[in-house]
Amino acid sequence: MRNIWTIAKREYKVFFATPLAYIVMLFILGVIGLILSNAIMQLANNPFGVNQPPDISIVTGPMSFLLVFSIPALTMRLLADEQRMGTLELMLTAPVRDWELIVGKWLGSFLYILTIIGVSLIFPLILNSLITPGIDQQKMLSGYLGIILVSAAFLSIGVAISSMFNNQFAAFFLTLGFLVGLWFLIGIPAQIFSSGSELFNYLNMNSRFHSSLNRGVINLSDLVYFLSITALGLFIGSIVIESRRWR
Amino acid sequence: MIQVRGLTKDYGTRRAVDNISFEAEQGDIVGFLGPNGAGKTTTMRILSGYMPPTDGEATVAGYDVVSESLEVRRRVGYLPETVPLYNDMTVFDYLKFMADLRHLPNGNERVNETLQLVDMEERAKGYIGNLSKGMRQRVGLAQALLHRPEVLILDEPTIGLDPGQVVEVRKLIRDIGKERTVLLSTHILSEAQQICDRVLIINKGVIIAEDTPENLQASLIGSERGMLRVKGEADNLIKVIKKVKGVKNVTPKEEGVLEFQFAPGTDVRAEIAREIIKAKFDLLEMRSVGMSLEDIFLQLTREEQNNKKL
Repeated sequence: MRNIWTIAKREYKVFFATPLAYIVMLFILGVIGLILSNAIMQLANNPFGVNQPPDISIVTGPMSFLLVFSIPALTMRLLADEQRMGTLELMLTAPVRDWELIVGKWLGSFLYILTIIGVSLIFPLILNSLITPGIDQQKMLSGYLGIILVSAAFLSIGVAISSMFNNQFAAFFLTLGFLVGLWFLIGIPAQIFSSGSELFNYLNMNSRFHSSLNRGVINLSDLVYFLSITALGLFIGSIVIESRRWR
Repeated sequence: MIQVRGLTKDYGTRRAVDNISFEAEQGDIVGFLGPNGAGKTTTMRILSGYMPPTDGEATVAGYDVVSESLEVRRRVGYLPETVPLYNDMTVFDYLKFMADLRHLPNGNERVNETLQLVDMEERAKGYIGNLSKGMRQRVGLAQALLHRPEVLILDEPTIGLDPGQVVEVRKLIRDIGKERTVLLSTHILSEAQQICDRVLIINKGVIIAEDTPENLQASLIGSERGMLRVKGEADNLIKVIKKVKGVKNVTPKEEGVLEFQFAPGTDVRAEIAREIIKAKFDLLEMRSVGMSLEDIFLQLTREEQNNKKL
């Protein structure tokens, strides 16, 4: 545990020394801010319109979308760069287990995403002050839980893919492709083919987020699903690093 | 401290290390000497726990490098050839990070002590990315020394350093080697001669010779050589010198210069000098002509090639 924390702490600090990480943070917060302010403007111009006042999903919905494109940029460097710079040799000859390295890297990036998510809490606060009687608290908790779970799973996929490459751009594009597939494309075959659609529906991360967590419904099966994907990614990453020793 | 038996490592179909065995005790400074691509780095990587061997076994500080890799890594300080460092960290932060990974108590103190040891205190707050090659090398060395390891594995520790730094680092290694086991690789022969108690000459993955630098010289030459210079013609002196006990052969070189060979372990120079004076020659110069490790190395690798042809 101690090694994981040491590695995560270092990784978290590195994010704050990397311009790209700031760009990702500004990108996520900026886009959501624009969407939210636009919605508030509309509401102000037309207070008695048929539109319902915005709820928390106006923050968490776009955020999940933005994560698909942002997380590959955060994870691409994590292990690919260690391999390119040769510092992986340093880590693999330090008294650290391979999985501790992987989990530490993941945890560092997870803490960074949690920081972004933490800053984004100003949006629900703003929303809460504008709407009477305030926003739906349960929906907000469930939506944010969803965002955290999606981030954890995405980051672990990114870490696993980063461990396979020496080149961070290769890691970026493969992770991006993988997440786009898992988030947007996997629902398509389920609609086309009748057989096997259960499997595709099971894997569909998008629908698990949007049709339950982001609507205030917390299902145990969704929690298990997201945590399983996270664990699987970290497991694969550890295996890949271990297999590097044998080459 | 280090025991290696039948160690073999294949990269695909290429055999990088072929069935090598050796041992090193506490207080030994063992030098791995060989051309680039001889298998030095591969052997060191196996011993540092970075990768497992294809065959054979190795124990470091009593622990198996494969099944007890973590225990080995706790007791080994390793400086890889490429000196990988995190460029985006300061020297202090980097060493503190490594100290934390090694669970060292009083990490800050230990880092400062080690920085002092490698003479890098003034640069502690500087970013590693801005350091010169020589300074990077010293940071790498500091990292390897942080936990005062029982075994120190240094891959080309003086490469890229300027001459002044080379002298310092060699001195540092000798000091460390008094209480610990040091395994270092080099392709600079004079370096091995200066620092190491024992030299392993490795070529194409095979150890072709193992001994102290002095014995390697002696055993390969079979006899030692000396040269002398006198004023004027020296031809008449040949007979005189041949009479000295222990002298095997005397050959004239240029005018006034003779080369003589004598059995290793004996020193005939004093006696020769006396005889020259007695024979009323004016002795200008006399010295022994040692065979350098360069010569030995070339001879060994050539012999090996010849053996293969046969």
